[in-house]
Amino acid sequence: MTTVANGVNVQALLDAREVLKGAPEAAQFVWRATSRWQNGVHSTTTVKEFFGLGQEQSHKSEAVFDADHPEVFAAEDNGITPIEYLLVGLASCLTAGVASVAQNRGIQLRSVEATLEGKHDIRGILGVDGDVRNGFNDIKVTFNIDADASKQDIEALVAQSQKRSAVFDALTNPTDVTVEVA
Amino acid sequence: MANSWRRERWDSFRLLTPNWQSRLPGLRYEGPDPDGYMTVGEVVEFIERFAKVSRAPVRTGTDVTSLRRVDGGYQVTTSDGEIRCRAVVIASGACNRPTVPRFNDAVPASVEQLTPFDYRGPAQLPDGGVLVVGASATGVQLAAELRRSGRPVTLSVGEHVRVPRTYRGRDVLWWMNASGVWDQRFDEIDDLARARRLPSPQLVGTPERMTLDLNALASTGVELVGRWAAVRDGRALFSGGLRNVFSLADLKMERLLDTFDAWARTHGRDAEVGSPERFAPTRVPESTRLQLDLRSGEIRTIVWATGFRPDYGWLDVPVVDAKGLLRHEGGVLDSPGLYALGLPVLRRRKSTFIHGIEADAREVVDHLARYLALRG
Ligand SMILES: Cc1cc2nc3c(=O)[nH]c(=O)nc-3n(C[C@H](O)[C@H](O)[C@H](O)COP(=O)(O)OP(=O)(O)OC[C@H]3O[C@@H](n4cnc5c(N)ncnc54)[C@H](O)[C@@H]3O)c2cc1C
Repeated sequence: MTTVANGVNVQALLDAREVLKGAPEAAQFVWRATSRWQNGVHSTTTVKEFFGLGQEQSHKSEAVFDADHPEVFAAEDNGITPIEYLLVGLASCLTAGVASVAQNRGIQLRSVEATLEGKHDIRGILGVDGDVRNGFNDIKVTFNIDADASKQDIEALVAQSQKRSAVFDALTNPTDVTVEVA
Repeated sequence: MANSWRRERWDSFRLLTPNWQSRLPGLRYEGPDPDGYMTVGEVVEFIERFAKVSRAPVRTGTDVTSLRRVDGGYQVTTSDGEIRCRAVVIASGACNRPTVPRFNDAVPASVEQLTPFDYRGPAQLPDGGVLVVGASATGVQLAAELRRSGRPVTLSVGEHVRVPRTYRGRDVLWWMNASGVWDQRFDEIDDLARARRLPSPQLVGTPERMTLDLNALASTGVELVGRWAAVRDGRALFSGGLRNVFSLADLKMERLLDTFDAWARTHGRDAEVGSPERFAPTRVPESTRLQLDLRSGEIRTIVWATGFRPDYGWLDVPVVDAKGLLRHEGGVLDSPGLYALGLPVLRRRKSTFIHGIEADAREVVDHLARYLALRG
């Protein structure tokens, strides 16, 4: 239908949407991660297997993520801080959304860059002030997009990508989280 | 007769569609104020008049308690006896019950909860703060009225449809009608499921023809918060995605106004209307609350303006989907001789409105007549 090449197989996504309409069970995915403490506040998390479309699935290869604290926290800085991973998740999710929506709307992208800033008052996690929350106070995402489209269409792309973003939803809406000791 | 208007609307209710648009086959508004908006009493009179004019054999005060398939047609059981027929048109309405999110049972008992079916006016509420949930036509209207009564009002805002009351000097619904947007047919719409779920526009019918968008509400002191997502430990938790629902609504309004302008230009209508206008974006509050302690006494009443759904508890024909909605193709159900009217975007964008039913009805009844003729 379009000659736009953003590299997103929108047809496959649209087909999946049709199929899953009649098969809600197949749409039930479980994403998994396993982490291991290294030393200090350094840990290593690996991601490989997940469940979806009714069966066990696997990434092509295992991904390994190191998390640590920076030297200003008197740590070794073997990796980014856990809360920075949230920015990684949000940036990549919104960017994927922009590309998919652009493909679907026939908009050719040339470049998409996002800069994220999460404001964080660390008095919360340090227990300095009980009124300060532990997490981000707010997050600001700034997109710089070069595409064959009007400013209005680009704004609509970005708005739609938020509307369909898993990570945007996970960050802006509460989620039931259970933590247990096995 | 006109049961839903008599029993299911609040006291100050007026239609959001202008009088000239209140049209039924063979009956149109002929009063002195075509640009005004009917009160609920006037709507009831209008429908009563239609019953007379059309000479339809109305059986009032009769509930259908069951409809089932039988040999050669349908068996209708009513509170007033049985009816056998070959064809049936279901016109029981799209808004028989208010929908309320399931977490409403986690709201502390100290907070009173009302739906638009229970709400009559501000005087009925205890003094103190009100949380209105939902910012479509019902929610914005009730939030404005409650704020005017002097109460602190918080409005929880999800996705919504923003439109100005008047545009270039004409009612926005004049534009919807004249430009053909409202006539767009169900088989021309890309995402029909989404179009059918679209919330009602943020409109109110007042003699001043005021625009009741979120900027107007915020300027009267209504506090805006995000979509209400959950209740945890007696606290209401709101989404932090408010900015994006504002952007989505602002962008869609801009696009709609662009459509109107393009239509006026290409149809040579620019001279008869004012010049194009653009409206300030929805103002994002400096900070929005993400939670609210429902046990603190700040909120005394919650008004759920979270939409309505049909009730097909009486329908014993398997044509209802898992979400409780009728499965239909432009009002034709998957059961010979069974039809529906008066549902969102049944055949056109305007299907949900009083005047939108006529065109749908002609096509559905044509189908029905052909069906009866074929069956002999
Ligand atoms: C709050 C609100 C505001 C609205 N404002 C406007 C507006 O400003 N302008 C506009 O054009 N439209 C407006 N609408 C939409 C308007 O209500 C509908 O377009 C119109 O009422 C549809 O008419 P109807 O006869 O199909 O359904 P309804 O008016 O809903 O009538 C259905 C009737 O069927 C009856 N019924 C249901 N089940 C049974 C049963 N089992 N047995 C017997 N009877 C049954 C009901 O009691 C009701 O009397 C509004 C709707 C709502 C909910």
